[in-house]
Parts: sequence; C-alpha cells; structure tokens
Amino acid sequence: MQTAQLEKYANQIRQTIIISLLHAGSGHPAGALGFADLFAYLYFSDFLKVNPKNPKMEERDRLYLSCGHYAPGLYSALALKGFFSIKDLSGLRDVNGIDGHPILGQLPGIENSAGPLGQGISQAIGSALAHQDTNIKTVCIISDGELQEGQTWEALMFMGNSRLKNLTVILDRNDIQISGNTNEVMPLEPLKEKFDSFNLITQTINGNDFKEIDEALTKTNLFDRPNVVIAETVAGKGISFMENDYLWHGRAPNKEEALEAINELKNPQ
Amino acid sequence: MSATELKSTRDAFGQALLELAEKSSKLWVLSADLTDSMRVTSFADKYKDRHVQCGVAEQNMVGIAAGLAANGKVPFVTSFAAFSPGRNWDQLRVSVCLSNLPVKVVSGATGFGNSKDGASHQALEDIAITRVLPNLKVVTPLDFNQTKQAVLSIFKDPGPVYMRIGHEKVPNITKSDQEFVIGKADLLKEGEEITVISAGAIMHQVLEAIKSSRVKADVINLSTIKPIDKEAILTSLEKTRKVMTIEDHQVAGGLGSAVAEVIAQSGKRVKMKILGVPDTFSRSARSIDDLYKLFKLDSKSLEEEIKEFIRE
Repeated sequence: MQTAQLEKYANQIRQTIIISLLHAGSGHPAGALGFADLFAYLYFSDFLKVNPKNPKMEERDRLYLSCGHYAPGLYSALALKGFFSIKDLSGLRDVNGIDGHPILGQLPGIENSAGPLGQGISQAIGSALAHQDTNIKTVCIISDGELQEGQTWEALMFMGNSRLKNLTVILDRNDIQISGNTNEVMPLEPLKEKFDSFNLITQTINGNDFKEIDEALTKTNLFDRPNVVIAETVAGKGISFMENDYLWHGRAPNKEEALEAINELKNPQ
Repeated sequence: MSATELKSTRDAFGQALLELAEKSSKLWVLSADLTDSMRVTSFADKYKDRHVQCGVAEQNMVGIAAGLAANGKVPFVTSFAAFSPGRNWDQLRVSVCLSNLPVKVVSGATGFGNSKDGASHQALEDIAITRVLPNLKVVTPLDFNQTKQAVLSIFKDPGPVYMRIGHEKVPNITKSDQEFVIGKADLLKEGEEITVISAGAIMHQVLEAIKSSRVKADVINLSTIKPIDKEAILTSLEKTRKVMTIEDHQVAGGLGSAVAEVIAQSGKRVKMKILGVPDTFSRSARSIDDLYKLFKLDSKSLEEEIKEFIRE
C-alpha cells in the first residue's frame, strides 16, 4: 500500500480516537495518537495477516497490546478495518459499551486483556511459542513507561534467551507518562544498549515515518531471533496543542478541544 | 499403593502430568526454577518441547501461560504458592482470569507443607487471594489418588483453575478410580453430633481427631473451595446444627470464611467455629507436626477442640 493511503488511514484513526474519547469523557489520547501511524501500518499494509470477516482465523497473525491505555487507537484501527462498526466506539467506557482497556472476547480482533502495565510481552511470548513452527507472527506493542515494570524485563530476558524468530516487540518511545516526561520520572536510557545486551535484535526508527516503519518491520520477517523496534514517536501527533505534552497522557478533550483537533486533522498544515 | 503408605500430593501431580501428556499434546507445563520441587522433572525430560523453563520469574510465567492458552494450549503453571499466586496475582487476575483462559495454576508448599523454610515460604493466604478472582475455580485435593483425578478434571475444565497441593506425605484414602468432580464435596464420615469441614493435607489430622474422639461427625472434604458445594454443607447442617471448619490457612478469607458466607446467607441458625491460623505469620519448624501443634491444629488439639465445641 502506498504511503499516501496509509497516511489517510492514520488520519482517520486519529479522528476516530478523538471522537470516541469525546463520547467517553475520559481516556488516554496522546499515546494512541502518536502511535496511529503504526496502527495504520499494522492493519492496512499487508504486514499482518488478519481477516475481519473471520477474526479467529487460525492462521492469522497476532497483535498483542501491552499498553492497554492505547485501546482507543487499537479499537479505531479495528473498526476502520471492519472488525466491528465505528458506531460501537460511541460506547467507549459506557456501562453498556466497550471497556476503557481491552478485554479478550469483548470485541472481535482483540487478542489479549491489558490494563496494568507490563503484561503484554509475556502473553505475546506464549503466542509465539504456540506458533513457533508456523508462519504465524506475533507482534506486541509496548509503551516506554511500562519499561519501568519488572515483568517487562523478565519477559525481555526470556525473549533474548529464546530463538523465537516469529516475535517482534514494537516500543512506542514517546517519552511521556502520566506524571511527566519518562526521562524525568524514571529515566530509561540507554535503551538500545539495554535491549542489545539482552541478546535482542534492535532497530530504532522514526515511528511517524511510513518509509522507516516499512523498512524496519519488513526486515523483521528475516530475523532468526526475537527483536525489538524502538519507534520514536511524537505523543499527541497531529494535534498541535497535544503534541509532546504529557498532560494529554490521560485527559480526554472537551467539545471545543475535540472540534479544534478534528479541524486540524482535516486540514493538516 | 497400600492405604497405609504415605505419599505427597505433589508426587501425584508429577505422575498425572506424565500420564496426561501421553494422551494430549495440548498439555504444556511451565516452571519457575522449582521444576524438581513441583515434580515436573520427568515431564520436562520427556516432553522438552512442551516444557517452558521461565527461570525465577513467576509474573512472566503466568503471562506466557495466558498466551499459550489463548492459542489452543492447556498450560499448567507450577511453583510454590507463596510465589504463584503470591507474587503473580495481578497477572493471574488480568492476563488469565479477565480473559477467562484455561490456565491451570498448580502450587505446592501450601499450608505448613514447607515447614523448614519458614514464614516467607509457607502460603497461608492463597485460598483467600484466589477465591476472590472471577472465573477462577479453586480446588484442594487431600491425597495422592484424589490429586491424580483432580489433574484430569482441571485439565478438562474450560476455564482457569487454581489447585493447591503440597509436600506433606499423607495417607491415601480416596479410591484411585473415583472421579474428581469440580464443585462437589465428599462426605468422608457420617454422624449427627457435628459437621466438620476441612480440605487438603490437614484433613488427615482431622480424621485422626474424629477417630480418637469417637464423636459422631459428618466430615466433609471440601475439595473444591470455589464453586462451593452449598448443598453438601446445608444438608449436613440441617441435621447437626453445629459446624467446625479446620484449615492450614489464615482464618480470614479461607475455607472457613467461604463456608460462613454460605451459612450466613442461608438463614440457618447454627453454631460455627473456624479453626486456622489466627492473623499471624507461621515460622520455621524442622517437622510439620511442630507447626500443627504450635497452632493447635494437630490431631490431639483438634480432638479437644471438637469435644469442647460439642459440649458448648
């Protein structure tokens, strides 16, 4: 798929995130917006084999979301892909609607339950183990804040000691978390060196650049052991007043802010 | 195996895994370095491809099991209860129970079983923290034969299960072909003076106490703590109006609490006494019998408690 089309999907994902958070009245916009280009690539390039008409297709690739607060981004991508109706997203966080963080079985296309940070890579390892003799890929999305959870490192240690060539972790390196910039709350650097020392193949890319995303993820198909892609993204990407501001980690836009955000997305500079 | 030979429930677990592995390729087993202690070594040697050694990382272990279970496998997660579900409760709650996946958490060193290692290693809280988790069933077989049967039943169950086993060598009182039905309690003895409810290794202290006291008791083996067999409890209480629960676990939140919840909501007026560990940590002891005595849960102390309760 051409970059222009992926950009269009990423823009639609961003608009859908804003609208669903406006309905919800609470939630986490910045991470999901910053990762929207990767969500678009994962669901609308041919990198992942998924089938919205048959969401449980045995030979599908598996996408695990570890940072459950990116749910609005995942839900938007799944809805646009056709797993369920976009209208369903108006029920985000509603007692009769969809949970604020993903629950396996609640919506088609969701592969895991998440919320408390740090649990996703372990689940993804289980998936990769179950499919290690097949062509089925497992991809796990993690945030940088959750690298502060001990379980993440238990899982990375396991990965590095395994030969699971069907497992890729994409780290959203946006440098924000709920109470500030990640490198102020609990610094993580040097990150690449940490992953390298865990015996993982590590690539660092601009996670808002489709060319770099495509090159890096296409390469992962050829690796003979587990790997990590550090995707440096701009938190709140696409909406000027949200970009790189950690205060938008966990605050939904009000009506005026949402209108302004949609306006910016419809009329990019 | 003769009835008098003493064997641990963890030995039964190891054997059951081997037998089950031959029949089903869906069975996987995960270890967090306590492979031998949990009697998984033979399985690990024979079925290398289905054994996952996680190292000392119980949180990661449960997460991996969730991923396996979501993809068609039936993983058994093995460690000591102080670490699993003690340390990985959050992972059990979200990665496993919220997704309602068929992960089987099987844990040893429960109750006083690991007497020598001391307070930190003895799980006296595991029933309390597992029975509150939605979707999770909690079972605690009392001898070798019942454990082997329980492994078969929890393997077949479509959801997550916590099974509490142990190090203690105990007599075998269950028949080898007696199916383990999850949610069904067994009446081990019948009598009209009192209902005594217990489960797991400590049941053998209870049975000795009943025998030497000559009290006429209904003795219920509550081998499934959740879902609890309300009918077995209330039917017995209709007759005896007096119930004592006995457990190698904290009094708060354990088997006795589960029974009390059933009774309190039944509207029945009965006398109840809950015996267990009274909101305190245990300690090291070179013999498990020393700990039973320390907490007045040995057969002799129990005999006195039962007799006194009947006199009240």
